[in-house]
Amino acid sequence: MSESDKKIDIDYVAQLARLELSDNDKEKLSGQLNDILVYFEKLNSVDVDGIEPMAHAHKVDNVWREGDELGPVFPKEVLKAMAPESRDDQVVVPKVVE
Amino acid sequence: MTDLFYSDISTLNKGLDSKSFSAVELMQSVIDRTDAVEAKINAFVDRDIEDALKQARASDERRARGENLGAFDGIPVGIKDILAVKDQSLRCASKVLEGYRSPYDATCITKLRNAGAVIWGRLNMDEFAMGSSTENSAYGVTANPWNLECIPGGSSGGSAAAVSAGEAIVSLGTDTGGSIRQPAALCGVVGMKPTYGLISRYGLVAFASSLDQVGPLSRSVKDSALLLEAITGHDPLDSTSLNQAKVDYSSALDATAKKKTLGVPKEFFQEGIDPEIKEAIEKAIDWYRSEGYAIEEISLPHSELCVPVYYIIATAEASSNLARFDGVRYSHRSKDAENILELFSKSRGEGFGEEVKRRIILGTYVLSSGYYDAYYLRAQKVRSLIRQDFEQAFTKVDAIITPTTPTPAFKRGEKSDDPLAMYLNDIYTISVNLAGLPALSLPVGMTQNNLPIGMQVIGKAFGEADILSIAHDFEINHGYKDMRPQI
Repeated sequence: MSESDKKIDIDYVAQLARLELSDNDKEKLSGQLNDILVYFEKLNSVDVDGIEPMAHAHKVDNVWREGDELGPVFPKEVLKAMAPESRDDQVVVPKVVE
Repeated sequence: MTDLFYSDISTLNKGLDSKSFSAVELMQSVIDRTDAVEAKINAFVDRDIEDALKQARASDERRARGENLGAFDGIPVGIKDILAVKDQSLRCASKVLEGYRSPYDATCITKLRNAGAVIWGRLNMDEFAMGSSTENSAYGVTANPWNLECIPGGSSGGSAAAVSAGEAIVSLGTDTGGSIRQPAALCGVVGMKPTYGLISRYGLVAFASSLDQVGPLSRSVKDSALLLEAITGHDPLDSTSLNQAKVDYSSALDATAKKKTLGVPKEFFQEGIDPEIKEAIEKAIDWYRSEGYAIEEISLPHSELCVPVYYIIATAEASSNLARFDGVRYSHRSKDAENILELFSKSRGEGFGEEVKRRIILGTYVLSSGYYDAYYLRAQKVRSLIRQDFEQAFTKVDAIITPTTPTPAFKRGEKSDDPLAMYLNDIYTISVNLAGLPALSLPVGMTQNNLPIGMQVIGKAFGEADILSIAHDFEINHGYKDMRPQI
């Protein structure tokens, strides 16, 4: 990768992450993250051809539950009480469909 | 007699059984101690004193009826603010969860309640367990009981400081890259990260799911063994929980650990290690040798790649796990959002602290189109190599001895503006999480400035009994277990 490829496009990544950053945050983070990415280049020192990627510490295949019986569920009052705004047993959010 | 709040579980059990004191008196002793030192330590983000005393009274009533539930009945256990405790606050030391109360108990909490334990307080941490100093908490920094100007380590800094300062008998922490062992080392207590899959994570707020584990912190190896026993067991509610036979870790401690072969990886004693730490660990290794343990130099050749592998995998997983804090069904909601996308991004921008934002951005970047292969996939492949290093080593040795940290506790603020320097503090602990192995840290010395030094003992998968007995052997032949900070 060339030097310019390594620069994080902070606006684009913040948008992907659905995370609003202040201009201050952006400036500070960009510098720090670029340093960290340079550090990550250590990984290029090792040959990984033919090595299997490891996603999990133990080889566990799909875990299935016995049957699909309904267990205890939280009363809707409990769940509604957590929501920042609710109405008629629904969580209220700004308009989604134009 | 030792103060109740500084006693070990076996001593407390004897006292409770012989009615020398009640569970309420024990809890009150811990509450009073906490009141006395908390202004200096700030180990807790929340304490429900009434609830703790109510649990203690229930324990006393059980004992009076002859219904003692075992070693934990009436013992106050401090809980990191990342594990769900029913009807108590659960904030992960983050503003994004301000006001949130958990509607259910984590499985490890249920197990402790079934064992009669008093669930005590919400312990401070780095926000969402991201950090090595407990400075990334939205609710104030925690001080190291050995030097109030120093950090206690992190992310389970509150869990380690509370145990060290006598504000809990034992505590639960979580460890994704060293978050139990590193604060345990810096606060002079015992802390253990069990094998991945040994303890259910149902009710643990996820940070990096392929690495996170719950584990004990305590002032003695035996108390960690007891706490571990109390929380292990298969849980259908966590698909990564493995079905392992129950092990009586505390009884296995006295089984002679002699003649075990201990590996010493040469890569862990090279540049970057504080000379006092190096000396203390070498002295401990000499002690093991003199006691008849075989000592073998081994190599873990990919060790220096652990930090980059970890900070790619952990941030990638975190960026995905923390997507749930979107301000819709729970968590902080911005008042300035005009549409749904703004609701997500403003709520998250207002709610998360700096380190969490840094890691979400980094994790999103390494997973993004065009970079996935170069970073995430490559890191997963190197992770395989790191695991192979351990597999190779464990064909020759029973356990591996290393320092837990490269330096003793550092001053507050010293590394806050240099994330890379902070990340390098985890250099000796994170390979264990990447490989899914068990490891503990125990105090093995003090620096000239009176700061604790921790030694890490790494075991084979499900080798908890081995590393506990190796650590116990050292502990009972040295005096570090009974050292107390002057607060």
